[in-house]
Amino acid sequence: MNHESELTLSVFTENRVGLLGRVAATFTRRSLNIESLTVSESELPGIHRFTIVVRTSRETARKLAAQIERHVDVLKAFVHTDGEVVQREVALYKVDPVRLSEAFESLIVGHGARVLERQADFVVVEHVGSDADTSALLEALRPYGVLEFVRSGRVALTRPMRPLAEFLDALERDAGNAR
Amino acid sequence: MNSPATPALTTPVETSRALRVSGAEALVRSLLAEGVDTLFGYPGGAIMPVYDALHGFRDQLRHVLVRHEQGAIHAAQGYARASGRTGVCLATSGPGAANLVTGIADAQIDSTPVVCITGQVHSALLGSDAFQEIDILNVTAPLTKWNVQVTRAEDLPAAVARAFYLARTGRPGPVLIDLTKDAQVALLDFRYEPCTRVRAYVPRPRVSEASLEAAARLLDEAQRPLVVVGQGVVLSGAEAELLALAERTGAPVASTLLGLGALPTDHPQWVGMVGMHGRYGANVKTNECDLLLAIGMRFDDRVTGDLSRYAKQAKVIHVELDAAEIGKNVLPTVALHGDAKDVLAALLPRLGARRRDAWLAEFRACDAIEHEKVVQRDLYPEGPQLRMGEVVRVLAEKTHGEAIVVTDVGQHQMFAARYSSFIRPRSCVTSGGLGTMGFALPAAIGAKLARPERTVVAVIGDGGFQMTTQELGTAVQAGAAVKLVILDNCFLGMVRQWQELFFDSRYSETAMQNPDFCKLAEAYGVPALRVEARGDLGAAVDAMLASPGPFLLHVVVEREANVFPMVPAAASVSEVRLEA
Repeated sequence: MNHESELTLSVFTENRVGLLGRVAATFTRRSLNIESLTVSESELPGIHRFTIVVRTSRETARKLAAQIERHVDVLKAFVHTDGEVVQREVALYKVDPVRLSEAFESLIVGHGARVLERQADFVVVEHVGSDADTSALLEALRPYGVLEFVRSGRVALTRPMRPLAEFLDALERDAGNAR
Repeated sequence: MNSPATPALTTPVETSRALRVSGAEALVRSLLAEGVDTLFGYPGGAIMPVYDALHGFRDQLRHVLVRHEQGAIHAAQGYARASGRTGVCLATSGPGAANLVTGIADAQIDSTPVVCITGQVHSALLGSDAFQEIDILNVTAPLTKWNVQVTRAEDLPAAVARAFYLARTGRPGPVLIDLTKDAQVALLDFRYEPCTRVRAYVPRPRVSEASLEAAARLLDEAQRPLVVVGQGVVLSGAEAELLALAERTGAPVASTLLGLGALPTDHPQWVGMVGMHGRYGANVKTNECDLLLAIGMRFDDRVTGDLSRYAKQAKVIHVELDAAEIGKNVLPTVALHGDAKDVLAALLPRLGARRRDAWLAEFRACDAIEHEKVVQRDLYPEGPQLRMGEVVRVLAEKTHGEAIVVTDVGQHQMFAARYSSFIRPRSCVTSGGLGTMGFALPAAIGAKLARPERTVVAVIGDGGFQMTTQELGTAVQAGAAVKLVILDNCFLGMVRQWQELFFDSRYSETAMQNPDFCKLAEAYGVPALRVEARGDLGAAVDAMLASPGPFLLHVVVEREANVFPMVPAAASVSEVRLEA
């Protein structure tokens, strides 16, 4: 229960100013570092989806999710283990072209990456995968001279999950009882 | 003073039932639409249009001019806590808004419905480090239930409606509306529609039938159930349901500091306050009961002591409206997620009538021990000096336990909590979760203005009183007949007690060189009396209660007295001490 692992939180919210800060502050209050954070609109217009990666225990993550849900404009927060999500991140690598060879080309193909742009003084490689895959490619590219490296936060979809719309309907039925 | 009492700020023009008014006037009209009759505030540059609008409505809306914005929010809190209505306070931008912050945090942790309205610089200047600009939205984000900045006048009525709805529903709390100056000045077509729902916000959840059944079964099976109630009972107005549950189950009922008065303290099943300075029996029996029924409380660390040794033998039923509190500190056997009133009303018909006299008698046996070791000495001391406990006893006797007792924070607070009578609901107004010194005087003013028919006695330490002394001016100007009892030991008593017990009596910076409190009060026009001798106390309290307006009673008490019982920090509740 108290064993720490990498967990993914999916948080669904209204699109309101200041909510990102409120959600982020819920982590800092518990002195937890956010490993990565991605925010975008979900399949429902006006509803945003936060994908947050954090290293902590499931117990702490459960309490965290409840405290995140306490923010008025947060609709729902879910906690997932790695096995429960299909997750990807995007990484871009700017490589020095001087040492490029056929081995480089096959390395790129072997990692499922591709060259996005070739210029006289650099080549940009794009890779989409798990964070472990992007890190592995980074190490593999180092001998060629990595000039710049950037990776996105994780985006993740859950394996089986009740659709959000259905969930919201249930909440609305509950709220029918509201004072 | 020649301006008419009717609003003349802008000429109201009927446009299909909408009034064409300024944002400032729309704010005032929105407050009236929400039923606000009193607000507490302090003017300044960025809020001046609102103050100008208020002037036009001064016969409908009472504005209480405080002496510091912290006083405004504590007064709004006192108003809310004593009446059950939403408190409202008003401040300017920058320092004005920043001075509200302590009170906002206090209202958040003590679930007090307060709407704060702050002025803000012109929207074109936002983020430019303008004069008296602070980012109050970000400052208060972790301290408010909700906050919003309004930069367009037409958004104002809906923001006010949402603010009041969120402040008072569900688990109540503070909300803040930050109004840029241009939004106060611009014109809008005013129409007010109260807010009745917010998507995915469920202020009153439906209670699970299965959980109710499970809870009823646990209660019927229990031999030694202990009920511990918190402010949730008071906030949901569930006092009658609690009384019925107590009498149906025959169970002893204890409360947290903020739950005091949820069950009248003269009820035969009342067994006292739990926690660090709670009653001996209530603490010890927490670790001997077989079922703990916790209602509208959040297992604060001052209540539980060492969590790993808290009620481990007991099954736990947690009745709680805030889902984030369920399982946060104590994992319940059965969770009843819902409003206390709804839950108790649904639970009652499922419970059989029981008597648990033998179990209750165990608490009385503990009381006898506590009485001999602690209470007798507190209430009827034999030494020459007055003690805090006996002053509280005399106050309770002279007010027949009918007063609203407001306290500050420290030793006097614990004596007031332990020895006051709370017979009527909403009679205890104190800063619990945050422990804010300086709370009592402004909170008492707010409580008195909300409940003018009730006697309001503020019990205040010499340290805390000096944090908001200036609000004496507010009490006088607002005509708030608060009775202020300063228990003066020339020490920051609670810190001194800890220094004595845990820091080898090294009294680092806890002794106070105090002013003549009577002269100070008299400088504000507040009559005052100083009491040092036991024989003078009764007559002085009589004089205080008989005086028509605010009154200060300066009571010199024993310098180095301690509050017992005490559960030392990190100890278990069963290790509660009766003496040093």
